[in-house]
Amino acid sequence: MNLSQLKPKAALPEPEKTHLKQATQGHRFDAELVAVTKSYGPGAPAVDDISLRIPRGSYCCLLGPSGCGKSTTLRMLAGHEDVTEGAILIHDEEVTHKLPVDRGTSMMFQDYALFPHLSSLDNVAFSLKVRGVATTERRKQARAYLELVQMDHLADRLPNQLSGGQQQRVALARSLITRPKVLLLDEPLSALDPFLRIKMRSELKRIQKELGISFIHVTHSQDEALALSDMIVVMNDAKIMQAAPVREVFETPTNAFVARFLGGQNVLTSDTHQVSVRTDRCRLGRSPGMRSLEGQIAMIEYQGNLVRITLQTTLGDEMTVLQSDTEYFAQNPQIGDTAVMSWHPSDEHVLDPMQAG
Amino acid sequence: MKLNPKAVSLLQVAPMGIIFTAMVLVPLLIIIVVSFLDYDFARVFPEIYLGSWQDVLTSQLTLDLYETTFKFVAIVWVITFSLGFSIAYFLVFHVRTLQIRLMLLAAIAIPFWTSGPIRAVAWVPLLGREGLVNQALLGLGIVDQPVAWLMYSEFAILVAYIHLLTMPMVITISNSMMKIPGSIIQAAQDAGASEFQIIREIILPLARPGIAIGTIFVVTAVMGDFFIVKTMSGGQVNTATMAIVTELNAFQYPPAAAKSVLMLAIVLGLVALLLRFADIRKELTK
Repeated sequence: MNLSQLKPKAALPEPEKTHLKQATQGHRFDAELVAVTKSYGPGAPAVDDISLRIPRGSYCCLLGPSGCGKSTTLRMLAGHEDVTEGAILIHDEEVTHKLPVDRGTSMMFQDYALFPHLSSLDNVAFSLKVRGVATTERRKQARAYLELVQMDHLADRLPNQLSGGQQQRVALARSLITRPKVLLLDEPLSALDPFLRIKMRSELKRIQKELGISFIHVTHSQDEALALSDMIVVMNDAKIMQAAPVREVFETPTNAFVARFLGGQNVLTSDTHQVSVRTDRCRLGRSPGMRSLEGQIAMIEYQGNLVRITLQTTLGDEMTVLQSDTEYFAQNPQIGDTAVMSWHPSDEHVLDPMQAG
Repeated sequence: MKLNPKAVSLLQVAPMGIIFTAMVLVPLLIIIVVSFLDYDFARVFPEIYLGSWQDVLTSQLTLDLYETTFKFVAIVWVITFSLGFSIAYFLVFHVRTLQIRLMLLAAIAIPFWTSGPIRAVAWVPLLGREGLVNQALLGLGIVDQPVAWLMYSEFAILVAYIHLLTMPMVITISNSMMKIPGSIIQAAQDAGASEFQIIREIILPLARPGIAIGTIFVVTAVMGDFFIVKTMSGGQVNTATMAIVTELNAFQYPPAAAKSVLMLAIVLGLVALLLRFADIRKELTK
């Protein structure tokens, strides 16, 4: 079936919903958090006064280490967690205290959360069933969504007769059939094996682009965030460190935490400023006009087309040089060698000073 | 010393096998044999006599007794299931912390630390002619003389059964409910299901094993009980099990044995039927 048929805006059947669509057509942001705080009692809050605007039709990844508050943020967006302070808007409409179903969000859970006693088809058809849609009609619609995720051939299987990847597809179809304005994904790929993870992530991206709705995806994997995102939100210690388009976050991280967490950057001190330099812009050996740092080669990782060389500096910091394999084999450094890492001053990006950690 | 795996398995099974054979299979076999023997007021003769079975299987009395028994089973099941499911639902889905949940479960269980006879006697100050309930009704002017059927009646039997058997229903059903992941309930909420729809479409089917096991508790307890019937009815109500006890007390072993075998067959049949709704092994291991 043609995906455009399933777009939430193109295919709303009831006239009153068409009116609703008019009201939201001019919205600026798909989702907005305004000074949102979540505390579970006294002590440090789980989410501390964060504000965020997610533009229309974005693939947005919430990225951060475990316990940084990214999952709590997602659950507050979903309406599965109360907001202590602040407001949440979906399509410019305040939903802070609304039920999940009235928000226009749908969540895909880490454990898929399929109903174990229902077939794939009836899992997908569930939201239509509770709205009182007749059996044949809801099964017909559910089958269309199973086709979208290429699961229609296993429509009659129970969840425990499906593989992890297949369960994931059914869960995706079950979320999409509610025609959400925003789809929320809680570490959706973490239970899959690496090969399937990469396959599934390109599929998520494809479906997001074709539906044109926003996906908000929680992950702790930098690769996943970089590969999928239009916009990355890096969180740490209940706060947002940086929220920006993916390229901006990667190339110009605001502080050392973002630079280190995203990877691909060396964080070092130059002229008393803390700066970041991309690892692929660093090279081994001294050159005129370039800044440099001395250290001992601690690790060499051959990655095929690239080689990652880790230097231990005299101060105990670890620096990384990402070389092409041609360069590497030309220089042929060895573990334990004393080496010099150098970079061009124009490749330095000044970071905001931040507390150690 | 190295034993082959088959011998190890046999050795491991042996203690249970021996106990089961000696304590269950052999006595059962004796009961079956006795049910086919002749008897008089004092002795059992080693002669085949089919009269006991003929009696049990053809008399109107058997039907009447089982009718009373099944009536109790049905009423007790409906009420304990309704109570058990509601209480378990409240404990699992509305009580937020595990500590409070366990505390409330303990509150249900603590009255059962007292022995059966004490609990049976304890109903008298509440339900008896001079009991609390009657005094309240008299005091409020709702009745002008004590209500007699509160104690020593079918009503009293049902009250005692429900009091006794609601707890196993709560525990088996809440055990099943606690295994339902929170994300499944949240997914149903996302899909727009109301609380009632979630109960009917998700929780009820997923709690089915617990309901089945709780039902087995209730059915076997009511069918096998004579103590509550005897104490709570003051000997005025007769059930299938009471009839067996009465004959045992009169030393009429063969008809008592025949009735016991029939009872056993019926209970086993019911349990087998109920087990089709629950995989006990899965319930115990998960």
